[in-house]
Amino acid sequence: MSKTGALDRRVAVKELTGDRRELLIVSGLGSPSYDLFAAGDHDGNFYLWGAMGGAAVMGLGLALAQPQRPVLVLTGDGEQLMGLGSFATIAAKRPGNLSIVVLDNGQYGETGMQRSHTGLGIELHRIASAAGLIATDIHDHAGIAAFRPELQKTSGSPRFATIRIAAENPERALPPRDGVFLKHRFRRHLGFAVS
Amino acid sequence: MTFSTHRPRACFQAEGAASSAGTASTWPDAVYAVLKEADVCQACYVPDAGHARLIDKLHGDADVQTTVLTTEEEGVALAAGAWLGGQRSVLLMQSSGVGNCINMLSLLASCRFPLLTLVTMRGEWAEFNPWQVPMGRATPVTLEAMGVRVIRVDVAEEVADTVSAAAALAFDGDQAVAVLLSQRLLGRKRWTGK
Repeated sequence: MSKTGALDRRVAVKELTGDRRELLIVSGLGSPSYDLFAAGDHDGNFYLWGAMGGAAVMGLGLALAQPQRPVLVLTGDGEQLMGLGSFATIAAKRPGNLSIVVLDNGQYGETGMQRSHTGLGIELHRIASAAGLIATDIHDHAGIAAFRPELQKTSGSPRFATIRIAAENPERALPPRDGVFLKHRFRRHLGFAVS
Repeated sequence: MTFSTHRPRACFQAEGAASSAGTASTWPDAVYAVLKEADVCQACYVPDAGHARLIDKLHGDADVQTTVLTTEEEGVALAAGAWLGGQRSVLLMQSSGVGNCINMLSLLASCRFPLLTLVTMRGEWAEFNPWQVPMGRATPVTLEAMGVRVIRVDVAEEVADTVSAAAALAFDGDQAVAVLLSQRLLGRKRWTGK
């Protein structure tokens, strides 16, 4: 059974990341990075262009280093599927300032819309929940609005949500690809000098 | 805007003298002291018997965040995230885990993230298990192919000094550095009760 989403991904991400305040965001490669950039570039954004399967645990390392700042990992279903073990790693560590949101369209969008495991019925929020994360499955704008304040939390259990987006590829909005630039920009934002 | 110094905030003070080199059995204690001296605040690992004593020491330190991984590539991503957030970390793994890290090491090369990883070697000195040999043999070339600097240690007395130099190269020199702890240094694995 597959649950096809209907939400416009660009609108969903803009709603999710609006009023971000102190939120730091790591985005997974492909469309989530484009969506985050399209919603508004920010020095506290780190856009991945590779490292598939690593976004959530990169967020964990950041969350542990910055326990006073809320951290969001915004990624896609394909990227998260490559790092399912990260649910166990994060749940065992329980950083209260970490949230993971998967934009789930059930497809590998970047490579031509091949169906992913979630498109074949695997439900990531149930896997996350089984690992011990507080997990939500979001299908509509009201769900995004209700979840958004959760992103500001810095205590409690780490949070996970799928947002069921429509399987469509909007025009690409390309953030900077220079990883060294993105790294230094992000660290400067946190007050660390460039060596 | 006022910046802090490039050196991340010290999360703990070194307790012991990092200069005590350690012996065949105590070199992990010396490595622990070196890591503290280097302001390493996060440690992650897929366990190996050769790292057991160091892992215990790190777990016993409330000022070090220890994270057990499901696969070694998570540790590469975790190290990058920690650095983004201003903290230094160490990744402990066995040589077989190096193969799990290959594509994730692109993250370090693309962004010039530092990495300090201590790799216990299998498949080389008096290895009993043939399944350990292929990845053990491929470990240094695999790391080098992905841009990681490889420093090998065969003698217990040189481990701490080597890790100290590797930490400086990683965190001050912005390099990904792997210290390979040779199987001869770690000693033969006992497979039977006798």
